[in-house]
Amino acid sequence: MTDKREIDSVTGVETTGHVWDDDIRELNKPLPRWWLLTFYATILWAIGYWIAYPAWPTVSGYTKGMLGYSQRDTVARDIRDAEAAQSGMRQKLQMTPLEEIRKDENVFRFAMTAGGASFQTNCAPCHGRGAQGFVGYPNLNDDKWLWGGTLVDIEKTILYGIRSEDRRTRTSQMPRFGLDKLLDDAKISDVADYVLSLSGRNQDAVAIGRGAAIFKEQCASCHGEDAKGKIDQGSPSLSDGIWLFGGTREAIVESIRTGRGAGMPAWVGRIDPATIKALTIYVHSLGGGK
Amino acid sequence: MTTVLDRTRNARAGIVQHEVAAVNRAADRALYASRQTIYPKLAHGTFRRVKWLAMAVTLGIYYALPWLRWSRGPDLPDQAVLLDMANNRFFVFFLEIWPQEFYYVTGLLVLGALALFLATSIAGRVWCGYTCPQTIWTDVMIAIERFWQGDRNARIRLDKEPWGAAKIGKKTMTHLSWLVVGLATGGALVFYFRDAPTLARELVTGTAPIIAYLFLGIFTATTYVLGGLAREQVCIYMCPWPRIQGAMTDRHSLLVSYKPERGEPRGPVRKNAAGAVDWSTRGDCIDCKACVVVCPTGIDIRDGSQLECIQCALCVDACNDIMDRIDRPRGLIGYDTVAKQEAIAAGTHEPLRIVRPRTLLYAGLFAFVGLIMLTAWFNRRILEINVIADRIPPYVMLSDGSVRNGYTVKILNKLHERRAMRLSVRDLPGAQLFVAGFERGAEAQIEVATDDLREIKVYVTAPAHAAGLSAVPFSLVVTDVRSRVENHRAVLFQSPPRRTGGTP
Repeated sequence: MTDKREIDSVTGVETTGHVWDDDIRELNKPLPRWWLLTFYATILWAIGYWIAYPAWPTVSGYTKGMLGYSQRDTVARDIRDAEAAQSGMRQKLQMTPLEEIRKDENVFRFAMTAGGASFQTNCAPCHGRGAQGFVGYPNLNDDKWLWGGTLVDIEKTILYGIRSEDRRTRTSQMPRFGLDKLLDDAKISDVADYVLSLSGRNQDAVAIGRGAAIFKEQCASCHGEDAKGKIDQGSPSLSDGIWLFGGTREAIVESIRTGRGAGMPAWVGRIDPATIKALTIYVHSLGGGK
Repeated sequence: MTTVLDRTRNARAGIVQHEVAAVNRAADRALYASRQTIYPKLAHGTFRRVKWLAMAVTLGIYYALPWLRWSRGPDLPDQAVLLDMANNRFFVFFLEIWPQEFYYVTGLLVLGALALFLATSIAGRVWCGYTCPQTIWTDVMIAIERFWQGDRNARIRLDKEPWGAAKIGKKTMTHLSWLVVGLATGGALVFYFRDAPTLARELVTGTAPIIAYLFLGIFTATTYVLGGLAREQVCIYMCPWPRIQGAMTDRHSLLVSYKPERGEPRGPVRKNAAGAVDWSTRGDCIDCKACVVVCPTGIDIRDGSQLECIQCALCVDACNDIMDRIDRPRGLIGYDTVAKQEAIAAGTHEPLRIVRPRTLLYAGLFAFVGLIMLTAWFNRRILEINVIADRIPPYVMLSDGSVRNGYTVKILNKLHERRAMRLSVRDLPGAQLFVAGFERGAEAQIEVATDDLREIKVYVTAPAHAAGLSAVPFSLVVTDVRSRVENHRAVLFQSPPRRTGGTP
């Protein structure tokens, strides 16, 4: 750069002194003052920010800043605030008997919202986001309840689970007819034919007749003479359109051969009683509650 | 700097010859240049009076409207115009707009745009010149400036003076007054969003919502910056309307124009030996530049129609004043059309055409949209039903082989009274409906509060569909128990695809 200020003859503006291709010069058009001042102000702001807020990493942590701000604390405070805001309704929910909740619109709405949220967190992994269930995990929307669909039954199932480690859990076990050689393959096939006929899906009268005899001997004690199931044993009805482990012939044969029975953990002690009540209301309201 | 002409001919006052050039003259303007301060001189005359009146009316409406009361019955705000964001309602006198009816607001904006097109095609930028908030507030700010610092010449002198106590005092008072105007502007705005008397009390006692203070601050700042400091730069550089208006005006639009046929050749008045002016050899324009010094955007109207001109017509007032003084007819600068001027230049006559295809089109569109809006408004449903079908699971198989679908139903009660609703199914044979939370089998009466929405969960059960269809259309019907008014929503009933010999 030359010491002498060079003025462009055409525009009368000072040049930067840079020259390209012998005669192309750059006019010196500095940044607008307001822009520059704003820029400096942002630098000052940044320095202030470093002092006030967490900013720089250090070897073992980071600079905390003078305001002591922490996003973690903010979240914790927000959660505390939310819990405090809910505590009134939560207490009311806990005090209200299950059967009475439906009668109080506010408590019912609170239970539905809390139950829905808790369901997504705790129950959806097995029962699905819409409680639609999967093979081995019952659909909670339908009107078939292995262990009962009243509010009290549902709450009991959530509290203590099914075949769980809690000593108050309800449990039952279907024999492994095939694996334990209780029935041979031909007999299992006959029973399957009989079971299919219960929902009107088999017409092989001979096989059905054989199967019926075996059913009466081996299965009726749990599933009932009419194969309608027994809620106190968690044994499903075999005469309707709903099959926890699949309703095809193969699936039924497999069920008889290996014995079925899925487990559900107990939630008592893991979820507070009010939330379990809310879950009960929510599950009951999914459409199948008795 | 000034020449006093012929005091004897016109006793009212002298004519000041301003030696100025328009600061925003397109021909002189560099692409990158700092703003040159414009010192608009106060004009007197018809258009100035019209503009004072327009200012009084528009500002009057703006400041007074939030305080106007309008009874809507209990539990509802009694403010005539209230944009209640917190409760999702717009109240405008007898209208009450829900969020899903925002298209009414869109329609109003469309109508506003079409009215603007029509006005522009008839008489140029009347919006810009008389009613645009930027023009109004700039006028207010200039009036304040004039109050503290004097008119044009005094302001120019003051700016050239070195800083002293008097200058500091005048400038400080000007800026403080601008800030007060800004505060009042922002203050009035927030009243549109919350009950005005309540908010006024809250603002004074410091208990208003933080957002009220925020917007108060924002509008104080924007009024101060845009009206006080930026002024004509907003119109010239920031606003899109000057660019759009070119497409709205045509040869028959009335624009503020200088009439060169009458004005040229221009020049200062020279008296002959007899002490009179020979007007036959010269134009009426005495080049006094009165039109230039009153211009708030710093242009010379004699350069013709230009983007910077907001058509405020103050130059018309200034020129008419001069014409009176030199005993020439008024209207050297005035509202005129390009077609008429061309006709005069060609020695013919051209009438003013207000009714022409363009204005008919805009007026027709305005009427059309207005009609649509009115029809929509008078057919507005005061009972609405919205349905969201469950996605997971789309259907539920029940033990008896029937199928159940779940729906989230929202019932909107736009009446100002509590209503009981009944929900039913139409066009789905054998279907049964029950509402979550109600006894099954009993008919659910769903209470919806005044001017409110209620969300309920509804289950519809039907025999598995035999036709092999997996989705059957039907209607959910909501009926007002008392008035029998009903509304419905078409929905689908989903069932599993039917397979021959299949299993569930």
